[in-house]
Amino acid sequence: MNQELRELYQEVIIDHGRHPRNFKVLEDYTHSQKGYNPLCGDRLQLFLRIPPGPQPVIEAASFQGEGCAISMASASLLTESLKGKTPEDAKVLFQQFHQLLTGDHNCTGPDLGKLEVLTGVRAFPTRIKCATLAWHTLLGALDQGETKPDNWVSTE
Amino acid sequence: MNKSIPLTTASPPGPRDNNSRFDVNDLRSQFPILERRIQGHPLAYLDNAATSQKPRAVIDCIQRYYLHTNANVHRGVYQLSEEATRAYETSRDKVQQFINARERAEIIFVKGTTEAINLVAHSYAKPLLRPGDEILISTMEHHSNIVPWQIICNQTGAQLRVIPISDVGEIDMQAFGALLSPTCRMLSLTHVSNTLGTITPIKQMISRAHQHGIPVLIDGAQAVPHLTVDVQALDADFYAFSGHKVYGPTGTGVLYGKREILEQMQPYQGGGDMISQVTFEHTEYNELPYRFEAGTPNIAGVVGLGCALDYIQAIGLAQIGRHEQALLAYASEALSAIEGLRLIGTASDKAGILSFVMDAAHAHDISTVLDQAGVAIRAGHHCTMPLMSRLGVAATARASLALYNNQADIDALVAGLHEVNRIFK
Repeated sequence: MNQELRELYQEVIIDHGRHPRNFKVLEDYTHSQKGYNPLCGDRLQLFLRIPPGPQPVIEAASFQGEGCAISMASASLLTESLKGKTPEDAKVLFQQFHQLLTGDHNCTGPDLGKLEVLTGVRAFPTRIKCATLAWHTLLGALDQGETKPDNWVSTE
Repeated sequence: MNKSIPLTTASPPGPRDNNSRFDVNDLRSQFPILERRIQGHPLAYLDNAATSQKPRAVIDCIQRYYLHTNANVHRGVYQLSEEATRAYETSRDKVQQFINARERAEIIFVKGTTEAINLVAHSYAKPLLRPGDEILISTMEHHSNIVPWQIICNQTGAQLRVIPISDVGEIDMQAFGALLSPTCRMLSLTHVSNTLGTITPIKQMISRAHQHGIPVLIDGAQAVPHLTVDVQALDADFYAFSGHKVYGPTGTGVLYGKREILEQMQPYQGGGDMISQVTFEHTEYNELPYRFEAGTPNIAGVVGLGCALDYIQAIGLAQIGRHEQALLAYASEALSAIEGLRLIGTASDKAGILSFVMDAAHAHDISTVLDQAGVAIRAGHHCTMPLMSRLGVAATARASLALYNNQADIDALVAGLHEVNRIFK
């Protein structure tokens, strides 16, 4: 395996791809959104529990779906990183993650913790949509007031 | 005007099957792109169902056209235009001969198979369709042989009916017979499935459809690079294919139609070459085939397509077919021996396409790992999403063969798939 492949398919990615965390329908979810990548057929559904209140916080996140190791691992890591964040924090995280994958290879971005294992995707432009599918779905879920939950968010 | 241009005789027909030795290494040297290295490895190009690579003969032909002949066709009263017209029309003769059409007027140049099917859907089928009528297709169709029919069904109230397939990817002929109803107005079928490689028994199906008075369009995009096609022997009413899958340029394609049917059809697009006389009150349409070739065509592309047909006929389609079948057998056996790999589409009669899934990895991950070894395959739904749904898979990896592929390409594929298992298991 060459260096680029090794960075793409780090052990953490393969582990999350094979055993995605929070892979279930969330009990008492308040937000749900389906996401779809028509290029490859990957699809998933994201569930969020954000109890209403003066300062809403994402209490739990989960997903179900099928796709490649990158899209499954990215969704799995996303659900892990959302817990305790406000919807606004989550949108900022989306921007930071997007920057991580598409920005200058040498730039030092914000510390995204475990999500940085997906940095290897930068060397594979054709796979960026795989890594961002769950994240576009997240935006759809957060903006659900304006969209119908049964509509698909697409990477195209 | 086009009718007055003296056309040169088409090149002598290439042999359908010559007896010269099929030397794949010699043929490979005629495809410059095969000299490339990808990620430090020799290129093993196995995505030929998407598009084929081009031999130097075709590339040179296009370059020669632009260097020496370029002018618009059918219009100019000067030598270059006459030469360009002659080159363009000579390609029509070559296509006629290639698929054994009865006459050159039955060959319409379009930009590809998709446009050809859309042309038939809109110019032929739509005016005939009434609510309750049916268009019949198969489960194995490419989106381009589904969506145009859906569009005109929506516009006319007609319905799309679908012939089922077996689990190995063969047409259910009994169900097909039952679907040939008095309300069926059109049968549109793929000759070779781009996803499964299945060769559809089109001759038999055309014959049965004709017994019910149903016209038939054949999507030959995946067939013409691999099989000898004789539209008269098949008795196809329409036959469509693309230039770029048959070693020619992209943006070129052919619609063959029987003259008596084409003559009934209204033009698909207006403008340019499709007219004979225009006033603000009325337009008289040009004769066949120009009636369906509005606007300046892809002249260099069509000329290149003619060169591509010369090229493969000089090798011989029967020889190409034998080579690809031998390689398919070699690859099928090698792939079947890989742990956790399942071939999708194992029809008894199939062309050189190997679709598969692996327990360890998704098709996209497979493709990425293979790319790092210089092996180019396709991963995804291959524009056949209803078929994927029928087969119960979201995506497959697909290796598809061409005349220049060899055992080393398959060995590189197999080595890459072992690497997939090493990484993901």
